[in-house]
Amino acid sequence: MTAIPDTPAGGFRLPRLGRLRGIANAALGIAALMLLWWLGGLAVANDPDMFAFADFAPAPTLAALQDIVTSGEVWQMSGPSLYRVGYGMGIAAAIGVPVGIAIGRIPFLREITNVPFQFLRMISPLSWMPIAVMAYDTWDGAIVFLIAVAAIWPILFSTAAGVRRIDPSWLKVARNLGANPFHMLFVVILPAIAVDILTGLRLALGVAWVVLVPAEYLGVTSGLGYAINDARDTLDYSRLAAVVVVIGVIGFALDWLCMLAIKKFNWVRDTAH
Amino acid sequence: MVVTRFKTESGATKKPKAPAVKPVRGAHVAVRGLSHTYRRADGPVLQDLDFEIRQGEVVALLGRSGCGKSTLLHMLAGLSHPSTGEVAINGNEVRGPSPRWVMMFQAPSLYPWMTVAQNAALGLKFARRSREIATRVPDVLELVDLASFAGRNVQDLSGGQQQRVALARSLATSPQMLLLDEPFSALDAFTRRSLQRDVRDIARTLGITMVLVTHDVSEAVLMADRVLVLDANPGRVAHDVAIPLEDAARSTGSEAFQREQARMMQLYTDVAHGDATTPLT
Ligand SMILES: Nc1ncnc2c1ncn2[C@@H]1O[C@H](COP(=O)(O)OP(=O)(O)O)[C@@H](O)[C@H]1O
Ligand SMILES: [Mg+2]
Repeated sequence: MTAIPDTPAGGFRLPRLGRLRGIANAALGIAALMLLWWLGGLAVANDPDMFAFADFAPAPTLAALQDIVTSGEVWQMSGPSLYRVGYGMGIAAAIGVPVGIAIGRIPFLREITNVPFQFLRMISPLSWMPIAVMAYDTWDGAIVFLIAVAAIWPILFSTAAGVRRIDPSWLKVARNLGANPFHMLFVVILPAIAVDILTGLRLALGVAWVVLVPAEYLGVTSGLGYAINDARDTLDYSRLAAVVVVIGVIGFALDWLCMLAIKKFNWVRDTAH
Repeated sequence: MVVTRFKTESGATKKPKAPAVKPVRGAHVAVRGLSHTYRRADGPVLQDLDFEIRQGEVVALLGRSGCGKSTLLHMLAGLSHPSTGEVAINGNEVRGPSPRWVMMFQAPSLYPWMTVAQNAALGLKFARRSREIATRVPDVLELVDLASFAGRNVQDLSGGQQQRVALARSLATSPQMLLLDEPFSALDAFTRRSLQRDVRDIARTLGITMVLVTHDVSEAVLMADRVLVLDANPGRVAHDVAIPLEDAARSTGSEAFQREQARMMQLYTDVAHGDATTPLT
């Protein structure tokens, strides 16, 4: 980064200091979490009733984590999971965005769908599990369905809310300038609500990632949920804890990517000039 | 004819504008027996309007708030239709909006995710004339004095500059007529004055017909060749007054302007029945 000559020193240093402080605080938070984990491990190890679970402590977990990372097993576990989540999210977005736009634009549709959608939204995606298993030939199909069912609502509602917040004069001016419906959608509406869609995707991803693990307890023999189940069955608790860490790290990374995308597409200026 | 120079308020010539935006043939407007009543309204909002606007003429519709100015302007633009009577542009009845006439509103309504140039290019893009963008957009930005802002995000611009972008956007498709609905009323006095002068200059040099809706007497006198003073309840043309001012005299400091303004103010207040709550400026 190059300093702009006429920027006062304070104006240049302050953001950088603020950033350093942010990093330091984040490190502090991570350290606190590690400490709690370590204390928990210590307590479990000293409790005769729970002694068997001592491998959940940081040291054995991190050793197991190193194992699955160096052996490349971590990719074998997370690859199928990421595929399922990506597939389910793709379906949810392919339905949620168009339906959200339609609901946001057409009051009649909004009114008739309001109660059914709010009702469906409140049903835990996992309660569809038996139906999904019956409806789909493959376990994979059932899991993707469950993820899509979980992910569609945040995308749909966030998109619809974004459409309703569109400044009506943007539509009026576009019509005045001769925009056809195609222009209206791709030049005005979609850029206007890009951040709302991405925010919906981010929320959806959070839900989908949470639903994924229990969904993978179903018959499949791959993925992070399966790895957890498998480790439990073989009483390999350090490995189980290592998979939990992997789930957390990937979830965090996906969320962070969403945030980057939101930042990139956000056209709202933070500061007024 | 090629546009080469612009007059400043004092009448002296400014630096010549290099890019040439070709003049167009301004629209001719004929309003015939136009009346309008809104549904569920007590009486007509506009009644028996009959007037013509010549090619390239700048006409102000002056009247107090609520007298039906915006309603009339929307009908000239084809955005709505009168209950009876008709609007004809160049001899043809107006049936809907057209890229040949563009409306500008009080809010610039720019798209905040786009640059100045992208905003100005929209009309061409929508009209499938994207190939003209590369030459046309720099020209219209030059015309509104924003050439150096082409790549900036519109949110970084002042209110007056944003309204200039909106003007450039309207001009990019070479319309025959501009319809302005109180476009400067949200701006500070200084910015408003410079825009009033520039918009008139641009319309005159390009030969565009311009219809300006305003409740500001000095704005009407500064900008228009002719002022239609509208009565309220129902809206009718109470006075049809020519403003015989040279461009050089179109400045708030000039004596001739002040005379015209005083005359217009008199007509306006008479029409408004001397109602003290009527906005006069
Ligand atoms: N869509 C509408 N439906 C019913 N009445 C309207 C509508 N639009 C405007 N009016 C009424 O018509 C009158 C003229 O409105 P308008 O043309 O906006 O006036 P102006 O622009 O001169 O302030 C006002 O009394 C207003 O309340
Ligand atoms: Mg109005």
